[in-house]
Amino acid sequence: MTASPETPAQGETGQKIRVLIAKPGLDGHDRGAKIVARALRDGGCEVIYTGIRQTPQMIAEAALQEDVDVVGLSILSGAHLELFPRIVEELRSRGLDDVVLFCGGIIPEEDTEALEAMGFSAIFRPGTNTRDIVSFVYDNASSE
Amino acid sequence: MSDLIERFLAGERRALSRILTRVENGTPEGREYLRQLYPRSGRAHTIGITGGAGSGKSSLTGSLAAELRRRGHEVGVIAVDPSSPFTQGAILGDRIRMQDLVLDPGVFVRSMASRGALGGLAPTIDDVVAVMDAFGFPYVFIETVGAGQDEVEIAGTALTTVLVNNPGTGDDIQALKAGIIEIADVLVVNKADRPGADVLVSQLRALLSLAPSEGRDIPILSTVATTGDGVPELVDAIDEHRAWLDSSGELERHRRQEARHQVLSVAQRILLEQIRRETSEETLGDLVGQVAGRSLDPHTAAEQLVEQGQAV
Repeated sequence: MTASPETPAQGETGQKIRVLIAKPGLDGHDRGAKIVARALRDGGCEVIYTGIRQTPQMIAEAALQEDVDVVGLSILSGAHLELFPRIVEELRSRGLDDVVLFCGGIIPEEDTEALEAMGFSAIFRPGTNTRDIVSFVYDNASSE
Repeated sequence: MSDLIERFLAGERRALSRILTRVENGTPEGREYLRQLYPRSGRAHTIGITGGAGSGKSSLTGSLAAELRRRGHEVGVIAVDPSSPFTQGAILGDRIRMQDLVLDPGVFVRSMASRGALGGLAPTIDDVVAVMDAFGFPYVFIETVGAGQDEVEIAGTALTTVLVNNPGTGDDIQALKAGIIEIADVLVVNKADRPGADVLVSQLRALLSLAPSEGRDIPILSTVATTGDGVPELVDAIDEHRAWLDSSGELERHRRQEARHQVLSVAQRILLEQIRRETSEETLGDLVGQVAGRSLDPHTAAEQLVEQGQAV
């Protein structure tokens, strides 16, 4: 089921898009992640937010227990090429290979290709309209 | 038997997680899973943790789970946070306070949105609890949304209800009028390292002395969830309540009452869905218009709606 942000995210049988917003690594502040979480909530999603300083195992385990459709990673520290492959690996080792991945934060243009190859469907950089993030989630997630 | 059920019965957490989603959503598939798993439930000690927003429910649930892990038990946690009444979206943040448990294979934490349910829980909470129970967790915690004075549904869903209070959050009249205190099997004064904790304990004790005794004294415990102070004693009190339920015959009574409540509330939902299905938007809109214009009262309109729904 795909729905646009204009239509209620609650389908006939109560399906909801569930999104995990996570902050890997040592970033100390999470304003961006919280803004994205809030925008997705306002778009009708159920957003699980786990706080800062998450290890790849913690993120993958939370995604498994919460059965999310989408995982969004926020990072400012520059360690994305270090951390993201480990997160993808942890997700796959738990059988979560159908989860939609996106990321945001301070991510140089030249890393785009590498991240896409890892399985990230979108990268949102500073200045992104949060509406684009909500649209992306609705276009790519199939809640069941 | 479906593959997912087989994997569930083999103890695979991914299968538990996927079944929980379908049961939470109340899909036909989810109802079928529940039908198969329900006979396996009824073994867990279900513990409700309720109290005001910011009272420390999540931290306390985390500390209780950690203490039970030290005692060698596996623990399931269901944490409910509110859905937006406007967008139906939700931010589920209870996991933030349970970080230490995330990588423990003996703990499973699931967040749920309240999805418009009144009473501090979620529409399909009892079904979700039954699935966690059927998975084999001997302890299942249910953390409610921040509850104020009247969110008492948890007492039906959980065998033991723990009410979390804090010092400095209102005088004893607040406690006196609050319906929620009547459902507590165990009272906790959390953040007990703050000023006023002793006063609150004695106020609560005085309050309990006014209530009719039901053959059991309600314990009052002081905790500091963030340090773990008082948590082992709280686990003991929760276990003692379960032992009392077993020995007094209250367990049977609770189970029957809860089963009755569930059957009736599901029947209510089925009837409402039936009426919605059988009524055209036009008919409903017409009745709504008359009520909004004050030419018809809501009760008469509802009666007409029900008659039409059944006539078909």
